[in-house]
Amino acid sequence: MDLGSINPVLLIASLMVAATPILLAAIGELVVEKAGVLNLGVEGMMIVGAVSGFAISVETGSPFLGFVAAAVGGALLSTLFILLTQVALANQVASGLALTLFGLGLSALMGQKYVGIKPPPTGDIHIPLLSDVPVLGPILFTHDVVLYVGIAIVAAVWAILKFTRAGLILRAVGESHDAAHALGYKVVRIRILAILFGGACAGLGGAYISLVRVPQWTEGMTAGVGWIALALVVFASWKPWRVLLGAYLFGGITVLQLNLQAAGVAIPVEYLAMSPYLITILVLVILSKDKSSAPASLGRIFHASR
Amino acid sequence: MIVLEKRPQPSRMWTLLTPVLAVLSTMVFGGLLFALLGKNPVEAIRTIFYEPLFGEFAFYYRPQLLVKGAPLVLIAIGLSLGFKAGIWNIGAEGQYIMGAIVGAGVGLAFYPLDSIIVFPLMVIGGAFGGWAWAMVPALLKVRFGTNEILVSLMLVYVAEQLLASMSLGLLKNPEGFGFPGSRNLTEYASATSWINQDVGMHWGVVFAFIAVIFAYVLLNRHMLGFHIRLTGEAPRAARFAGVRPTRLILFCLGTSGALAGLAGLFEVSGPGGQITIDFNIGYGFTAIIVAFLGRLHPLGILLAGGLMALTYIGGEIAQSQLGLPAAAIQVFQGMLLFFLLALDLLTNYRVRLRAREVA
Repeated sequence: MDLGSINPVLLIASLMVAATPILLAAIGELVVEKAGVLNLGVEGMMIVGAVSGFAISVETGSPFLGFVAAAVGGALLSTLFILLTQVALANQVASGLALTLFGLGLSALMGQKYVGIKPPPTGDIHIPLLSDVPVLGPILFTHDVVLYVGIAIVAAVWAILKFTRAGLILRAVGESHDAAHALGYKVVRIRILAILFGGACAGLGGAYISLVRVPQWTEGMTAGVGWIALALVVFASWKPWRVLLGAYLFGGITVLQLNLQAAGVAIPVEYLAMSPYLITILVLVILSKDKSSAPASLGRIFHASR
Repeated sequence: MIVLEKRPQPSRMWTLLTPVLAVLSTMVFGGLLFALLGKNPVEAIRTIFYEPLFGEFAFYYRPQLLVKGAPLVLIAIGLSLGFKAGIWNIGAEGQYIMGAIVGAGVGLAFYPLDSIIVFPLMVIGGAFGGWAWAMVPALLKVRFGTNEILVSLMLVYVAEQLLASMSLGLLKNPEGFGFPGSRNLTEYASATSWINQDVGMHWGVVFAFIAVIFAYVLLNRHMLGFHIRLTGEAPRAARFAGVRPTRLILFCLGTSGALAGLAGLFEVSGPGGQITIDFNIGYGFTAIIVAFLGRLHPLGILLAGGLMALTYIGGEIAQSQLGLPAAAIQVFQGMLLFFLLALDLLTNYRVRLRAREVA
């Protein structure tokens, strides 16, 4: 065992990379849940994003186009959820599960000829001066663009929910769809937009795994990250900045256990590999006491009878 | 303009009709998918649904129907109890794995003792493994209000890691030349679940039928079953009627866990044969589709389990004969759930045409 081989600077830098897929998926789901919709299909949308991003970037040679395709792919899959829950008024839990099962199959089908290929590299941006700062430079300023986009999305979601009229309407729809409907807001339309946004974010998160973090395509490669993202929204009490905090916490656990595996700690690999899931459960337990911050209409079906 | 009018009560006719319509729609759209993949859609659909039952080699495939259907029905029956009451156990896959590990562990502990008590003890072990694994989300939900969906699902990944650890470590075959995986239980006469391998009969099939009957009686003739239905259909009324949600959560999650564990045990000591890293093949998730396709009704689940087993077997035939990718069948099964949920609209709402009013 050689714990000295773990470099703290590299650890924190890779923590940010490991956290980004969870962060993207969770911030998207946060917006969806703020609008009063519970979409359990995050895992499915992520994996479809992962494969579409991978396929397009391999075909075009451009990681940028890959990420765009991933967002589109995730959003496209979420339209199925929209059809089920907003048009056909189906149960949201069941529909979300359907989305995940379908997405896992679809991605395996789409990704068949991409197994074992390397995607074009997503370049890190080097900001002169800033990235040369010792310790902080490599941690904060030598990452790819998408990582910063993720943080920017968190900031934007926070600002929009807190300071703008659009954010207020979104929250109103999530808190009481009947009241929002009575005030003349288009509940279904607003929810559709929120679900599409959530799908696009999940797609981006998925593509971040297949294009940056791993980077390659294997079946079922998201391995529960989408579900951890769902747990993270609860963990964050539906607050954007806490999503960032939580994502870094989970990213940290993932990276740390990988580092411990590499360092040859006396704990079997399998037990280290299950730690992120166990810690997710632990965190859920600690934070489930306080349900007051959940949007009041979360998961309820809206049907305007009049 | 199309308007939806909520029915005072779900339509009986549509409740029975929607699964049939969903299957037909899936055939049409699945056929389209197969056509996109460059296969003859009619032939593909025929291979999946007709070949295993009446084709040239049906004598070989028909027993498979029991083998594949039994775990699906067993798990889905358990899940349906919870789903009816709005308790979402979606970690059946994990409970299935734990049942297999504990049950096989009991059996292997007795190896090579030849006794009639080995298998019953394994059955108890399997049920206990699944039950205990489901008790984690149940107790956390009861005690801390933790979301059972997320906890039960997280535990699937934990169980998968445990499975890997077991097949590489504790339960590894000491005479296996270092290969991962346990001893083959089908070669240990006291521990196998096979009754007659030629017709696909194993104890899992028997238990699946017992579970169907048990669930039917419970839901239609027993107070607890009534409470389950009441909680799902009218939670407020259930609270006034004195239904104790705690008891219900523990019962529903515990039963579904035990049944999933049993399914895992019968699989590992029969068709599966041994504990290996890739022992689980997603029955726990497919059973969710089976439960919904069967309308959460025991008899419906029996039929749905048979149908889903058919798509598994037909899918394998289509894979070898037509080169249809395995993932296409997974998409096909996912599609089925989609259509079912979408068409359920007709069960709960009346679709009316009405002149557009000023909103």
